[in-house]
Amino acid sequence: MAFFSILYPKCESRAETESSEQPAFFKDLNLDQIVAAVTAGRQEYRLQPFFHVSLKDIDAIHYRQEIMRDLQDNVLLGHIQSFARTMRAMREHLAQAAKLYYERQKKAWFVNAMELYCDAVQSLARDLRLVELKSRGLLASRDYVNDYIRTERFTALLSGIRSLRAELSSIKFCLLIRDNSITVRSYESETDYSVEVAETFAKFRQGAVKDYTVKFLSWPEMNHVEAGILDLVAKLHPEVFAHLDEFCSRHTDYLDETIEVFDREVQFYAAYLEFIQRLKEAGLKFCYPEICADRKDIYSLEGFDLALASKLVQENSAVVCNDFYLKDKERIFIVSGPNQGGKTTFARAFGQMHYLASVGCPVPGAKARLFLFDGLFTHFEQEEDIARLRGKLQDDLLRMYDILKRCTPNSIIIINEIFSSTTLKDAIFLSRKIMEKILQLDALCVCVTFIVELAALSEKTVSMVSSVAPDNPTLRTYKISRKPADGLAYAVAIAEKYRLTFRQLRERLKP
Amino acid sequence: MKAFLLYRDRDFDVQQQLPFNEGDLSQDLELGTLFQAMAGEDRFLFDVAKKALFLAFSSDPDTIRYRQDILKDCLNNPSVARELYDLAVQSIENEKKVYFGIFRDHPSTILHRSLDVMQMFVGALKRLRAIAVEQEAKFGSEGMTRLFAMLRRELNERYFAEIQDHLRRLKFREGLLISAELDKGNKGTNYILRKPPQKEQRWLKRIFARKKPFYTLFISERDESGSKALSEIKDKGINLAANALAQSNDHIVSFFSMLRVELAFYIGCLNLHERLKQRGGPICFPAALAPGAGGIAFKGLYDACLALSVDHGVVGNDMNADHKDLVVITGANQGGKSTFLRSIGLAQLLMQCGMFVPAEYYRAGVCGGLFTHFKREEDAAMNSGKLEEELKRMSEIVDRLKADSLLLLNESFAATNEREGSEIAHQIISALLEKRVKIFYVTHLYEFAHGFYEGQKEQAVFLRAERQANGERTFKILEGPPLDTSFGEDLYRRIFPNGGSAFP
Repeated sequence: MAFFSILYPKCESRAETESSEQPAFFKDLNLDQIVAAVTAGRQEYRLQPFFHVSLKDIDAIHYRQEIMRDLQDNVLLGHIQSFARTMRAMREHLAQAAKLYYERQKKAWFVNAMELYCDAVQSLARDLRLVELKSRGLLASRDYVNDYIRTERFTALLSGIRSLRAELSSIKFCLLIRDNSITVRSYESETDYSVEVAETFAKFRQGAVKDYTVKFLSWPEMNHVEAGILDLVAKLHPEVFAHLDEFCSRHTDYLDETIEVFDREVQFYAAYLEFIQRLKEAGLKFCYPEICADRKDIYSLEGFDLALASKLVQENSAVVCNDFYLKDKERIFIVSGPNQGGKTTFARAFGQMHYLASVGCPVPGAKARLFLFDGLFTHFEQEEDIARLRGKLQDDLLRMYDILKRCTPNSIIIINEIFSSTTLKDAIFLSRKIMEKILQLDALCVCVTFIVELAALSEKTVSMVSSVAPDNPTLRTYKISRKPADGLAYAVAIAEKYRLTFRQLRERLKP
Repeated sequence: MKAFLLYRDRDFDVQQQLPFNEGDLSQDLELGTLFQAMAGEDRFLFDVAKKALFLAFSSDPDTIRYRQDILKDCLNNPSVARELYDLAVQSIENEKKVYFGIFRDHPSTILHRSLDVMQMFVGALKRLRAIAVEQEAKFGSEGMTRLFAMLRRELNERYFAEIQDHLRRLKFREGLLISAELDKGNKGTNYILRKPPQKEQRWLKRIFARKKPFYTLFISERDESGSKALSEIKDKGINLAANALAQSNDHIVSFFSMLRVELAFYIGCLNLHERLKQRGGPICFPAALAPGAGGIAFKGLYDACLALSVDHGVVGNDMNADHKDLVVITGANQGGKSTFLRSIGLAQLLMQCGMFVPAEYYRAGVCGGLFTHFKREEDAAMNSGKLEEELKRMSEIVDRLKADSLLLLNESFAATNEREGSEIAHQIISALLEKRVKIFYVTHLYEFAHGFYEGQKEQAVFLRAERQANGERTFKILEGPPLDTSFGEDLYRRIFPNGGSAFP
């Protein structure tokens, strides 16, 4: 049976993923926080690598989007999660088997693990038959599992476990304990003496009384006395325990690799869907973006910073959404405006959306068309690093140089407040130079800056300004909108609040 | 096994919620004095008396007669009743004394203690049976006869032998037989104590003599963890048996507890009877009628609580209010109206819980609830005005009133001027009468009383506190139309000997 992957239409792409590192821009865009939150509680699946590699071909992205869409059906997702739970229980049983000391116990736990595995696979096969699937990936999974449960390898495992289980559970024995001896023999329908005692005193029964039964702590391990008794029980039933030995050694490698890989990889989807579910319940929207490689008129409606939204929803605070679009020759967003007005958040959201789209995930927003980039570069302000033995400005320039050297017309560049450590005149000069390079490249770019002069640099630039509420300027709206950067709106609003506008002052100064 | 001394077919539920107006009833009818007389210093008797009295409104004429018969038996054989009660108390006390040990979370400890307790109970139960056999002939009531017959039937020689057999077996002198299965990890589980197949000794030998295979494991004496493991298996095996025996003990405790509770009521009655006898007033068993089957009638009814707290004789009253739902009492201040009202409430309570009544004769329908609405001191919290407070209380009562409830009103709605008070009273009383609530109303609201007398005389009985021509009170309540004075002037004169002129 052919191996396949639920993450890649061509499974040769799998290999490079495993060894991938977290991309450089993850921290700047807070993607590290997002991935940590998405994969929380799923450490055993090692999902991070899947989030670290962006796909370079549209079909591969569609392959995942289709699966994501299918899995948005809660019934199907529930089935997948129940499969995952059983598989997890199976692994726990295997781990327990490895830890145990007595051979006959190890084997029992091993059989339990196999039993759970059979149960998981059979349930998955049944459940997938009951739902409507559209994605290529899940259709292939269904075919695979259906074929697999009919293989001799699987059916032999299943029937073997059933007969073994029946044999073991039918064993019932008696212990006769006297002084320091324990005699083991078969159970012969002796009556339950506790019942008899209770019956004798039943006539005094007056209603509910305290329960005096002692709850014994239970753990999987047994002590040497229990092990000794088990050995004697094995002597009473030699054929059953021989069967156990033989079965275990015959099925040591019962796990099917494709099933095992499926169990892990499908958690990529489950984890992300589970993560965004909470945000959806808070009223935020997610969409499957249209991915384009040959045009740059991108847009997004009601997008937001996923990392920030996740925090805000937890605190029950409102999340502000923003729109953006580029048309015709427009390539670069110049974002300016009052501090703390959501500029960096806007830049991050832009980067996050593109990145998440590139790994096949639904992105924040009601609707979006996003660009299939070949590289994503960020230049955020960094703490001064003494070990580097060079000035901050120099460091900024070196990093910028490195980016420009590596990026192509199909790259995305996100720049956040560079050159803040020099004079305004220098900063304007340097920024102009850098922007000219990017304009030449024709790459997509978001540039957050206090230098309003950049906004009108070319027909390729679009000015975006963060705003404040007119009647209460101290209240940030976190709205970023297309408008000319005049650097005034904020100052006027504050003046109004303190009744210091021209009109207000005239009014106040009226004799 | 059930004592069933308060109800023919069920236990007395001590957990039952007392009526919401328990506090009001205690205060208004001065029930503390009654409980005190029934209980002396005994908290337990006190509590049971209180419960029984307050829960009296759920009983029907049949239950009342059932209790009256048992009470008559007890009055005829007080020492037997007290001996049964003491035996129950003693057994409960003894159980508490049996030491539990430190390791009370081990089945073996639980079993060991339970065996000791059970051995003690066997003695008490044997004594109980002996009393039943010896005294049975002296008792005639259905309840006591049933109890004695049950004790004789259930606690026979064969039964005691059966218990002894268990107590012997549970010491496991011959070893323990425990069945078990394997859990999914091949660990022993579901340990169940089994009864060895042969009925007498020697079963051990016979097991070993059989052909079927068996294997034996020995734990070395130096193997401490092995001994511990062995004990745990034994503990798991006897867990349910220890529980069964411990629970059986608890059931026997419950049996004795219920016997104690139900006898405590009669012991309280015996105590009260003795106290009232000392005072020399008449005592009778009342005739309880089904609700609505007839009105209230009595002869020589007096307030038992008053009789218990004063050292002179108290005045008894007569009345016949057949087919009347309303009794309006007017007349002289300090003329015994409140006492009269209390004596009605108290007699009704005593009758309903199956007791005797302080009267020569008492007959009344069973009522489904007793409510008192007496004048209260000014609201301490100053939250509401006095009339408002009164009406609020009235409203709470109305929430719970049913047909055939008994309502005792003492100067209600007087916290305003007479005209308004009368109007309120008239509206309330008329409405309640339509619902067939039984009402005794002590009032100075002349306009109300007079209005009712003129208009709806046939529905009501009108009583008046007697005042002789010289202003002396006899504390007799007699029939008579309402008067427009309550002789406050008399009282004034008594307290201010010179008509107040002594003041400067």
